[in-house]
Amino acid sequence: MEQLINVILLAMLAIVAIATAKLKDLFATIILFGIYSLLTAAIFVSLDAVDVAFTEAAVGAGISTILILSTIALTARTEKPSTHSVFLPLLVVIVTGVTLVYGTLDMPGFADPDAPVQQHVAPRYLNDSINEVGMPNVVTSVLASYRSYDTMGEVVVIFTAGISVMLLLSSVKHREDELGNLKDLKHHPILLYVSQIMIPLILLFALYVQFHGDFGPGGGFQAGVIFAAAFILYGMINGIDNTRKIFQNHILRWLAVTGVILYIGVGVVTLFLGGEFLNYNVLTEDNLAGQHYGIFLVELGVGIAVAATMLSLFLTFSEVRRSQ
Amino acid sequence: MSTFLELYNYWIFIFLMMTGFYIVIAQGNLIKKVIGLNIFQTSVFLLYISMGKVANGTAPILIEGGAPYSNPLPHVLILTAIVVGVSTTAVAMALIVRIQEAYGTIEEQDIHEQDASL
Repeated sequence: MEQLINVILLAMLAIVAIATAKLKDLFATIILFGIYSLLTAAIFVSLDAVDVAFTEAAVGAGISTILILSTIALTARTEKPSTHSVFLPLLVVIVTGVTLVYGTLDMPGFADPDAPVQQHVAPRYLNDSINEVGMPNVVTSVLASYRSYDTMGEVVVIFTAGISVMLLLSSVKHREDELGNLKDLKHHPILLYVSQIMIPLILLFALYVQFHGDFGPGGGFQAGVIFAAAFILYGMINGIDNTRKIFQNHILRWLAVTGVILYIGVGVVTLFLGGEFLNYNVLTEDNLAGQHYGIFLVELGVGIAVAATMLSLFLTFSEVRRSQ
Repeated sequence: MSTFLELYNYWIFIFLMMTGFYIVIAQGNLIKKVIGLNIFQTSVFLLYISMGKVANGTAPILIEGGAPYSNPLPHVLILTAIVVGVSTTAVAMALIVRIQEAYGTIEEQDIHEQDASL
């Protein structure tokens, strides 16, 4: 049964990918790409990667769709028909594809428990993490404790991307008044009332995802994105200017910096307490309690940094004025 | 048939990767190219997660009698990669907005023509 769901979902994914490649209307392409992301999230669930599915659903189907949509609002909606011959690209793609398929013939079969990838490192995480880190969700243990360095790098990358977007778009003309190209949608009563009910619930859910990530799927990355999504919804319906009343640029920048510094700060504190960088064991007398404190703080840093960056990405894009 | 089912996932991922690759090299619209890159990227995500799957396994959240669990390590790598992916997409979109400002178009061919006529 599981195999059947897997086969069908993957076939649907391939169909959506072809449609994305063929469509000339960019708006339709982007909406299809949102559907593609949602399908990917469903496949992640069927492959047991619940944390990943969570992130993909929030990021792929939510935030990246909105960002690309706001870009076509600033550029053009339809694609020009290409005058190039499709023969050469098709040939390159087919040759590469056939080579890769030839490469898969040596791969261990799908879901093979004896595959090399299952023999190394993973058993250690699955068997010992409950005694070393003490959290049921192994993904959180690995993300925030065993491979904390990696995660710190990722947070810095996200932060840098946010700064780059602000820099790139800061010299572009901004909307002159609140009647720019992005009007609010307050005149739609259904959107207005449904969003008033939804936004508090989304925020509450984001907090749950943030603080329950040790025991169930969730954590800072997912919570940050969901938190930002609630305010993006608010911004789309009640207008960007109203959102800016709370989230001014300097506040968002401060929040993003605070998140990153909180993460690195935990590492520095562990250094001063005599441990290695980001070794949470030294935070308290009891190793497991130390791990709990460390992961809590680090995930909080990730959540704040991701939420602030995602929100400022959205706001920066929606304030750019369309050029003639 | 069993070989087909064992390798079916990988073949779909290769197909998706090549679709993304085709969009990047054959289509001139810059937004379309970024979507192509995203499809390419998603195929790699799926490959990683697919390799971590264990038959009859469950999500790596430890519970009584839950074993076998799927491999948590690819999950961690891909989870962070997705969020980094959206950030880099945002940078690409910002660059596209700047290109639109400078050239008045986001079609690769028109940009080349304008560059050549300088």
